Amino acid sequence: MNALITRRALLRGGLAVGAGLTVGFPVARGARGAALAQTAGVFAPNQWLRIDRDGVVTIVNSVPEMGQGSLTTTSMIIADELDAILDQVRVEQAPANPALYKNPVTGTQSYGGSRGVRDHLAMWRKAAAAAREMLAQAAADEWGVPVESVETEQGAVVHRPSGRRLLYGQLVDRAQQLPVPQNPALKSPDKFRYIGKPVKRRDTPEKITGRGIYGTDVQVPGMLVASIERCPVFGGKVKSFDATAATRVKGVKHVVQVSNGIAVVADGFWTALQGRRALRVTWDEGPMAQVSSTMITREYEAAAKQPGQVARNDGDAEKVLAAGGRVHEAVYQVPFLEHACMEPMNATAQVMPDACVVWAPTQNPGGTQATAARLTGLPPEKVTVHTTLLGGGFGRRGEQDFIVDAVETSKAVGAPVKVMWTREDDITHGFYRPATYNLFRATLDARGVPAAWFTRMVGPGILIQKGRAQAGTIDAAAVEAVRNMPYDVPNLRIEWTNKDLGIPLGFWRSVGPSQNGFIIESFIDELAHLAGKDPYEYRRALLGKSPRHKAVLELAATRANWGAPLPTGHTRGIAVAFSYGSYVAHVAEVSVARDGAVRTHRLVAAIDAGLAVNPENVKAQMEGGAVYALTAALYGRITIDRGRVQQSNFHDYPMLRINEMPVVEVHILDSGEAPGGLGEPGVPTVAPAVCNAIYAATGRRIRTLPINRDELKRA
Amino acid sequence: MISLTVNGKLHQVDVPPEMPLLWAIRETLGLTGTKYGCGMALCGACTVHLNGDPVRACVTPMSAVAGKSVTTIEGLSDKGDHPVQRAWTEVDVPQCGYCQPGQIMSAAALLAAKPSPTDADIDDAMSGNICRCGTYQRIRAAIHRAAALKKGGA
Repeated sequence: MNALITRRALLRGGLAVGAGLTVGFPVARGARGAALAQTAGVFAPNQWLRIDRDGVVTIVNSVPEMGQGSLTTTSMIIADELDAILDQVRVEQAPANPALYKNPVTGTQSYGGSRGVRDHLAMWRKAAAAAREMLAQAAADEWGVPVESVETEQGAVVHRPSGRRLLYGQLVDRAQQLPVPQNPALKSPDKFRYIGKPVKRRDTPEKITGRGIYGTDVQVPGMLVASIERCPVFGGKVKSFDATAATRVKGVKHVVQVSNGIAVVADGFWTALQGRRALRVTWDEGPMAQVSSTMITREYEAAAKQPGQVARNDGDAEKVLAAGGRVHEAVYQVPFLEHACMEPMNATAQVMPDACVVWAPTQNPGGTQATAARLTGLPPEKVTVHTTLLGGGFGRRGEQDFIVDAVETSKAVGAPVKVMWTREDDITHGFYRPATYNLFRATLDARGVPAAWFTRMVGPGILIQKGRAQAGTIDAAAVEAVRNMPYDVPNLRIEWTNKDLGIPLGFWRSVGPSQNGFIIESFIDELAHLAGKDPYEYRRALLGKSPRHKAVLELAATRANWGAPLPTGHTRGIAVAFSYGSYVAHVAEVSVARDGAVRTHRLVAAIDAGLAVNPENVKAQMEGGAVYALTAALYGRITIDRGRVQQSNFHDYPMLRINEMPVVEVHILDSGEAPGGLGEPGVPTVAPAVCNAIYAATGRRIRTLPINRDELKRA
Repeated sequence: MISLTVNGKLHQVDVPPEMPLLWAIRETLGLTGTKYGCGMALCGACTVHLNGDPVRACVTPMSAVAGKSVTTIEGLSDKGDHPVQRAWTEVDVPQCGYCQPGQIMSAAALLAAKPSPTDADIDDAMSGNICRCGTYQRIRAAIHRAAALKKGGA
């Protein structure tokens, strides 16, 4: 694990598979570099970088670019440790090749969990440092001087005593001959030129001109475009279909049955949609046709009356709660949510007798390769995966359903096929953030601090449903940010009951903490008010064993001027949480109109993400997390009726828009710790901060999301 | 055959009159910068200029554009240096970037109509464009910046 792949291993099984689309920079596209990697004149000490005789540094980015800035951050890290000039390096997106490009922590070539920087930083630095040492040695050999007397600077090696200097490109042939050091010395952090400095995104030029290629933009010679009619009910199957009218639509080429429905394959997307409209399908809706949201809520309520599995048990909360003191009880509920990536799901595949090529906006290139290999019967090395830009990911694009669509359809019609989803397909056939039901009980001691705290969570487990955790165990994703809640409570009991009624589940930006931050940070707020204490000071006093939580809480409160007067009608709310390696606190400034409309004016965020590789990107991700979370708090709700999702597009599954955007301020606390995640940690504390501010404004406690403005109406 | 001008070039396209402009642009003409997001004029990802006005190409039938002039993101500037694009770069607006061609076309139309837009003008002109990555704060700042750039400000 974590060992760098040596040049020899690379030559054995490496880059010949194809280097994927070059994204990011207006240099050559395609696999040209891959061939060069094995020819003379290219210094490629490992799979992460190569330098040619012209001095062009090419960095291979294994983390798909879904908006989180991986193209920029990966190049910053490698260029810094290599001592290359960032503006001059090219970046290529890695091909699917788990042997070379797997995440060293998860062991898969699948990306989620805000793992880009925190799982790869050490490995990438080592890879680049090895190359830098080899270049220094090559120069020292050239000059006949000890390697200790030379140093690297900005794409060159220099020998100060003699004033000599060689560019990296001039050292390629000599460096190529050297052994790859296994334990190269890393730069000392005070020598960082890019890491820790605000760097502008490197993919902006292609994203503001329309040149960037997303999955939906892929064009392959001879390609057809397909749209798939899917059973409106989860798990339903095709009973029969009549394609007569569909095939009569001009431009429709094929109508074929695939695993996920009936694919109408045409000369273009709009034509395929016309064909799809003319299609007649009879479905076997299956058992899910009995499932509805009201039934799910009923099942949750019933389950919450029974003991759950014990996820944490400190002291004896049940005994203290039964002792006869005043017990405060509350129930928190959150809905199913869909990711709603701006780019609807899609993929393009070309299945040939002896090979398969997939172009996909995927968070999971390794899984894509495995899926295509399974469906075609080809060995994985015969499947090439080009990871395009992703028009949003948020966890949705780690799934394989849209890959299955493209591979099966191409195989069925014997031509390259792009399968595109409509927005309606996307919202009604997602993998949903679980809806949950959570019962809280607590009692306070004479000082007002919690003497006992009990939480019983009921809902489905994503990991268990996906077979990634064993049935009967406690699903780690379901209880995350509850089981490890930070407050010092002597008697604490957390229970979880798996109640899965079959709605397909997925990892939604910040997963368990997306909802658990809300329930924990709302309930602690209830206890603060119950105790007659300031919600900020109340938390602070209970965070003695959680210094990093406390530090971000204090920073957010200070920067938001907690306690200072606000305009009439404005109130503040606060929340803090840990997720994905980072600590975040938010203070929300909110007002509630007479008609119940909630306006968030300002969000002050504090984040301790350890080493902030690109502070500018930390801010961008926190701004984005705020919008994702506010959208869910104000509007997000997927409901089920007879096994069908009742929402279908942005009119009934609305998104926050610019006119509702609060001012977001981000304050970075540099703790000097190892880097944490960024994409997800900005989400969990937003809804509770807003809802706690609503309580301060109205005295109404929001215990069910999304916020119901009718409940906040005043006469 | 329907004739229309796209980015200054006259095209004759053989598509049904009811086909939305979006698909003619993307699939017939191969200009993929204009994006599909919802198909119902709810998200603005497909925004283009029709005789200078911002329209949602996903609900604009080809019959309505015959003989007219369309500008897409590819035609906004030769070198990606329209004031809006320069401001977008300075403010580091895009994240995933998928909605940004639509955002930029809406912003360019706003600035053409109102060289010094207020925040309220920005809300009016831009609230039809959804950004799921949440770049709204930077979009607002970049529009103000573009207004200054357009006036020749530093």
